Amino acid sequence: MSTATSAVNGNVSSATARAAATAAATAEATGPQPVTMAKALNTAMADAMHADKSVLVFGEDVGMLGGVFRITDGLTKMFGEQRCFDTPLAESGIVGMAVGMAMNSMRPVIEMQFDAFAYPAFEQIVSHVAKMHNRTKGALKLPMVIRVPYAGGIGGVEHHCDSSESYYAHTAGLKVFAPATVADAYRMLREAIDSDDPVMFMEPKKLYWSKDMVDLEALRDQHASNTAAGTSTEGRAAVARPGTDATLIAYGPSVPTALAAAAAAAEEGRSLEVIDVRSIVPFDDETICASVRKTGRAVVIAEAHGFASVSSEIVARVQERCFHHLAAPIRRVTGFDVPYPAPKLEHYYLPGVDRILDAVDDLQWED
Amino acid sequence: MTISADHTAPGQTAQGRQSQDHIEDSRSGGPVAEAVRKFGITAEDYMLPARHQIQMVDQDGHLKPHSEQGAEPGHEYPLPGDAELLAAYEQLVVGRRVNDQNSALVRQGRMAVYPSSHGQEACQVAAALCLSEGDWMFPTYRDSVAVMTRGVDPVQTMTLFRGDWHSGYDPAKHKVGIQCTPLTTQLLHAVGVAHAAKLRGEETVVLAMCGDGATSEGDFHEALNFAAVFHLPVVFFVQNNQYAISVPLAHQSVAPSLAHKAVGYGMAGERVDGNDVVALLAVLDRAVKLAREGSGPLMVEAHTYRMQAHTNADDATRYRQDSEVAQWVARDPLTRMRTYLTDEGLLDDDGESRIAEKAEAVATQLRNGLSEDVPVDPQDLFKYVFSTPTPQLKEQSALLADELARDASAGASTNPESAK
Repeated sequence: MSTATSAVNGNVSSATARAAATAAATAEATGPQPVTMAKALNTAMADAMHADKSVLVFGEDVGMLGGVFRITDGLTKMFGEQRCFDTPLAESGIVGMAVGMAMNSMRPVIEMQFDAFAYPAFEQIVSHVAKMHNRTKGALKLPMVIRVPYAGGIGGVEHHCDSSESYYAHTAGLKVFAPATVADAYRMLREAIDSDDPVMFMEPKKLYWSKDMVDLEALRDQHASNTAAGTSTEGRAAVARPGTDATLIAYGPSVPTALAAAAAAAEEGRSLEVIDVRSIVPFDDETICASVRKTGRAVVIAEAHGFASVSSEIVARVQERCFHHLAAPIRRVTGFDVPYPAPKLEHYYLPGVDRILDAVDDLQWED
Repeated sequence: MTISADHTAPGQTAQGRQSQDHIEDSRSGGPVAEAVRKFGITAEDYMLPARHQIQMVDQDGHLKPHSEQGAEPGHEYPLPGDAELLAAYEQLVVGRRVNDQNSALVRQGRMAVYPSSHGQEACQVAAALCLSEGDWMFPTYRDSVAVMTRGVDPVQTMTLFRGDWHSGYDPAKHKVGIQCTPLTTQLLHAVGVAHAAKLRGEETVVLAMCGDGATSEGDFHEALNFAAVFHLPVVFFVQNNQYAISVPLAHQSVAPSLAHKAVGYGMAGERVDGNDVVALLAVLDRAVKLAREGSGPLMVEAHTYRMQAHTNADDATRYRQDSEVAQWVARDPLTRMRTYLTDEGLLDDDGESRIAEKAEAVATQLRNGLSEDVPVDPQDLFKYVFSTPTPQLKEQSALLADELARDASAGASTNPESAK
């Protein structure tokens, strides 16, 4: 369990932090309101920056522009150019500089502009971000968050959409979070910033402008009381929709698709449980396997290529743990093993409701 | 042709950007313009290295006349004090002994590998001695002597090279990064440490080290550019030892010199004789002072030579001639300094013996320390991957513990000794 402490700056008292955060919340109405995921992420960063002076935000175009997706909108204005600033256009430089800052008592939250533009930073991420704690025998912690707008569904041209989570999940030493809901975007980004270990924070681009009814004030208070109590939701999957006949396991951008499939299946009289994985690393075997043991059938859904991927890992783990509870082989609905397709072909590539329902139909119901 | 000093850093051009510290220099034209005022020279003359490398003591150990040291207006280097030079000489002798001791330990199988800095000790020593207590150093795998000179325990310094799995020393405690093997990745870490310190208003200077071959890497470019754009107190120290394993400098760069690359980033560069510890201290001391005073980053290229193979696994006779090596024997950093200090009356036989004893004591410490078998704990595989192990790692850790317990009990049942 990690807390937002900084060796140098210490922690602002939670009362002060709450007061400051409340002041910063620009005339938020109380009670649940329609809130976008973009706003939830933005608010999470602002609240973390209020709570801890060592939290810094930087990357390409994150300053005055507020990021190409506007996720950092207003942070420079609110906190000044020393706390939220633009860097030269160089992803390895951004990650490498963040490593040095984290070594020197800061908590950088950095943005990779697009998933497929993060690859110049791959060496820094794999050889340093992921390994620093281990190779210094725990002497150096790297509390840093690498935000990656990822996955498809926005009609992005070449190199603007990629599902890169498997590269990071395959690298020991990185936590990998993939929120799917507006409330989780807030909760999980706060927890990622609080983490003493580096977090790859995978933000589903196509959900940035999705809205849920959310009470940001309540989420803020919940975070504060979780921090005080030393609890968190980190590493826990969630039951996004309860059901009894089969389990759909999804994360990030695939969760709304899975929920739509479950709604359609319900009309046909089939009750599907939807699990939102939330955290790929650490992975919540317990919640996921409890669901599959209950339903006896499972389909794993992910946009990324299926071959050697997070989805294949999930199938392997569930099969190893739930074999005697399974009434049918676990099916996968994933992207095809082709380079991420251009907008004109994307529709054929992405897992959709029909493909999910077809997979559910194949779960040997007659046996 | 002159180079404009009016270049502005981020935040200065757009109206309405009013943050203060980040950009304080640039309103008046940035650190380069400041230097131009301070030294009364053009921006071009400030950023470009002096026409010749800085050399103060020649290869025969004689102090050169000031007019022949390579100094120019704005590139002035006073002679370091006697005490600093004597301390440097002591570390040179220790460093040479360490290099040769470690090479022997590799041959005896007591170290896995050792990239020796034999011949480059002057660079190693000066890199450590130019820094103050609160400053940081980011070394490469060939900079063990610099790490030790900075005060890290010799045996801890060699932990990685004995084949152990961790860095040996605490980088934060010593303000010394882990000796870095992926080339120039550590330069960006240096930039980040300097940036964090600057944001907190601390007076930290960071020395970022790399070699000539490494200047071809992308992170070299990114680190220099970030340091310059954010006006960070980083001194980039390039030891040009002529070879990247087997590939000579001519295949890495056709720039007039590596120090000339600095001007492209808007920072000052300088060339120095990398086997002349007097000149190295003079140039690095000044670079650190300028960086601390807010002149932004600087780059120093030291011209030196890797006297031995890249590592024990390398065969240098495949790519270079003995005659070339022989030329550099004559330029040895130790012998010239010994001659200089003796001629100056700063070093006598007693002093030599005392220093030799100290070097021998460090060698003994290394022999003893690296001969000890360090017990390994297989559970260390899992302990430090994360601050708190994930459930998956706990499972794997239990699996290994179970395997080991079964091995132990199988060993106990078949071992008659344990039955007694």
